[in-house]
Formats: sequence, C-alpha cells, structure tokens
Amino acid sequence: MIKVEWLYWLVGAVFLAMAVQMAADRSNPKRFGSAAFWGLFGASFVYGTWVADKSAPAAPLGAAVLAMICLGGLGFTGRGTPTTTTPEQRAASAARLGSRLFVPALTLPLVALTCATLLKDVHLGSGLLLQSGSEALLGLGIGTLVALAVAHLLTRERRPVTALHAGRSLVEAIGWALLLPQLLAVLGTIFQASGVGTQVGRITTHFLPDGNTYAAVALYCLGMALFTVIMGNAFAAFPVMTAAIGWPVLITQLHGNPAVVLAVGMLAGFCGTLATPMAANFNLVPATLLELKDQYGPIKAQLPTAGVLLVCNIAIMSLFAF
Amino acid sequence: MIVLVGILIVVAGFATRRNPLLVVGAAGIVTGLLGGLSPVKVLETFGTGFASSRSVTLFAVTLPVIGLLERHGLQEQARTLMNRLAKVSAGRLLACYLVIRQLGAALGLTALGGHPQAVRPMIAPMAEAAVERRHGTLTEKARERLRSFAASADNVGLFFGEDCFLAVGSILLITGFVNATYHTSLEPVQLALWAVPTAVCATLVHGLRLLRLDTVLARDLATASGRPADAPAGARTAAATLTAEDSK
Repeated sequence: MIKVEWLYWLVGAVFLAMAVQMAADRSNPKRFGSAAFWGLFGASFVYGTWVADKSAPAAPLGAAVLAMICLGGLGFTGRGTPTTTTPEQRAASAARLGSRLFVPALTLPLVALTCATLLKDVHLGSGLLLQSGSEALLGLGIGTLVALAVAHLLTRERRPVTALHAGRSLVEAIGWALLLPQLLAVLGTIFQASGVGTQVGRITTHFLPDGNTYAAVALYCLGMALFTVIMGNAFAAFPVMTAAIGWPVLITQLHGNPAVVLAVGMLAGFCGTLATPMAANFNLVPATLLELKDQYGPIKAQLPTAGVLLVCNIAIMSLFAF
Repeated sequence: MIVLVGILIVVAGFATRRNPLLVVGAAGIVTGLLGGLSPVKVLETFGTGFASSRSVTLFAVTLPVIGLLERHGLQEQARTLMNRLAKVSAGRLLACYLVIRQLGAALGLTALGGHPQAVRPMIAPMAEAAVERRHGTLTEKARERLRSFAASADNVGLFFGEDCFLAVGSILLITGFVNATYHTSLEPVQLALWAVPTAVCATLVHGLRLLRLDTVLARDLATASGRPADAPAGARTAAATLTAEDSK
C-alpha cells in the first residue's frame, strides 16, 4: 500500500535538498539562515511521521517549530538571485514547444483525478493500493512525479537538479509564509485545549436577547467570520464558535436543524478567510507568486464578495434551519 | 476570562503589522500557559499540531515542476495561446475559471487548479494577454487589479465548491468535532447538501463581479493614459458609458 507518510518524506527530502542548495548559494545574503529554516522544515516533515503515530516524543518537534518561528519571524531568511533562462530564451523555447508545454501542467490534475476516483478501490495483494482517506493527497504527489517525468522528456532537460533549483526560487519567493497555515492549526489546537470556546460562549450569550432566533443566527455567522479573520482559518474558528453559540443556543435551545446550522456556519467562516491576511496560503502566498506590489491585492478583490456572501449565509440559515 | 488574552495578542499584532509568525507563536504560548498547560505540554502541542497539519503544505511538492516549465516558457505560451482566442475577454476568462474551479472542487478535485499550479503559470498570463490585446500595454494599477482578481477567482471557486463534496477536510472536521463532542451521528451527505445554496450564491456574486472587471479595467486604462482619443475603440466607449453612469 502506498502511504501518505511516504509523500511527507518526499516533501521533507525536497526541502532538505533545497536547504543544501541554499547554503551553497552565495548570491543569497542570508544563505545560512535560509538553509537552517528550510532544513528544519524538511526534517520536521519526516520526524512528524513518528509524532503523528505517537511513537516519538512531540517536544523536540515543538522546539523545532519555535526555532523556525524565530528564524522566519526575526528576518534570518532571504532569497538569492536565481540563475534562470532569459526572456528571449523563454520566448524561443515557447515557440519551439508550443502548447505541448501545457501537457505536464495538465497531467498533474488528471493523475490526481484518476487516483481519487478510479484507483480509490483498487487492491494490491491483501490491501488497498492507496491509503484509504488520503487518495486525493496521494494523487497530488503521484501526479507531480508523473508530471515531472513528462516535463523532463518534453523539455529534454537531463539534470533533475535544474527542476529543484527552479522550485527553490519559488520556495524562496514565498518564504516564511509557507509555515503560517500550519502554525494557525497549532493555535486552534491550543485554543481548544485552553477552553477559549467556553469563554467566548459566556460573553456572547450575555449580549444575546433571549429566544431571538435571527439575532442568534447573525451572531453565530458574524462570529465565525470574525474569528476566522483573526485566526486565519475557519477550521480553527469552528470549534470555538460552535462550542460558544452554534450548539448550545442555535441547536439545543432553538431546535435548529444541525446540518444546516453547521454547514452554513462553516461557510460563513470561509467569508472571513477571503478577507484576512492571516490566511496566508490563500491570500498572501498568491500575492507573492503573482509578484504583486500590494500584498493585500487579492483580499481587496475578494472583500465585496465576502460581504455579500456573509449576508447570504445569514439569510440561508434563518430560512432553512428553523 | 484570562485565556482570551491570546486573541488580544493576535488582534494587536495584526493591527501593528508585526510578523505573523511571531504573533501567532506568542499567542499560542501565552494562551497555553494561561490555560493551565505546563511549558512542556505547550511545546508538545506545537509538535503534534505541526505533525497533524502537514497536508496543508503538500502543494510545495509541485513547485519544481512548475518552475521547470516556466524556465521553458510556460507563461509566454499561455499568452500566445490567449492572443489567438480573440473573442474571450479577461472577465469572461476568469468567470469561466471560477465555474470550472468550483465544479471541480464540488467533485472532490481540489487539485484541479490552485495558485502555484494554474493561476500563476496559466490563468493570470492569459487574462493579461486578453486585456493587452484590447487596450495595449497594461498600467501597473490595472495589472495589479487583474492579477488580484485572478487569485480571487481561484479562492472563491475553491472555498464555495469543496464543501459540496463529502470527503473534504471541512466537512469531515464538522462531523468529527460534533459527533465526538456532542455524541450525535451527523452524516457528511447532509452537510454537503446544505452547502449548495451558498455555492450558488457565490457563483452568481463573484461571477458577475468578474464579468464587470472588463469595464472597470477599461476605465482604469482610459484614465491612466489621459488621452482617451488614442485608446482603442472598446476602451473609449466603455469609459464613456462609465463616466455617464458615475455622474448619475
């Protein structure tokens, strides 16, 4: 059986190899800081396997995460000058290869799709071919490997290190923001363990007029959006706001349909994700990837949509849940 | 009450534009300690939290492929291709991408699209080529706006599509959390069904805004050039219509 942990090892190995390249890159003024950050990131991905199955102590990994926070947060990481092709070479290559250049880029989702649907129930020996529940993630990994092979054949690029260098430039451009989504997941875990949800519930019910369904619905949806804006992640906001008002007030007290309340509540949180720089992987990382001067550009483009959809969510929950 | 200090730290750090890594790290440590966790336990929570959330960083594995293709002219080719599709405007292209992204995500195909795999190498250059074909060179303001909307099409499509699919993270998180905490037996299929009304709203709202983008960009470019007489016919008419609307 192909396990999802193998894929994490692959990502870890890629980061470690990039860290070696970074350490040797004299054009990067902060080459050792960058190498330390990405080296730790890669090693943590591999060590995480044994933390996840509880066979290794979690504290060393926690210390590594704190070290990465310091390296990335205090400005010890930087980027080098990538050695890449000139615009003229790119234009010539594009003219030569034409639309065949899209083939590897489209191979990736096609293989991912095949893994998630056709290969999902395929058996190998006594077990499944792909680890159950992780077909989509494994599809992404397998799709990448296939696409990489196709890209090498197509471009007649012989040295695998070229792709690694090209990927490293993109990784350096994204920088420490790549760690933020995982760090927010950690924050959500800590908030739940420390009882933040119960406290927020006490405060919100204090302001809530008794038995007013619409006020409660609006408060839950606005709270989900607001908490998501703060935490950068609707997954982190959901346990807090649901323990605070979603379950005790809307479902237990006002007898709302749980499926509607919870599904629409999560979507109200997604409106917050569209509006917050804390959702780095959706809003800040694309701004860097697209080389925008204004890193809040995608958020500004999304704000009106987020506002209208939040109102839609409140209306949908009020109409269908009660 | 005191555990809420963590939220204050996040808000204050956010408002003063401190580095988000430091803000979130500090908020986690403070909340954990105030919530009664021992320092070692806080450290362990950082470790287990990182280990169990590794899937969100998996997309990084695709970057070498994208980088390699870009070295060989992927972005340039996307522009060339767009130049041939004469009639598709940037707004329509992005609206199409929004719908494809949303339908894909609703079928569980979240890998179909994405910022590093699709928006940067293909969608954004195609949209830029479409605008350039109509209006000539883009101003920096127009380019920024166009690229921002390209990113937004991907986000809106993904967020409000994926919840219509059963086996997606957010749906499994809801059932997992509620069934474990409140001992219910909520089924993923009920939740996915109730994500559909919002998904329809999202397509309509953001789709219309993307279609309107063509007019907005035409106005941007007309005012930037300051010489509307030199602007291509399409831009001039659109700008004229808009000025008339603005004066109402």
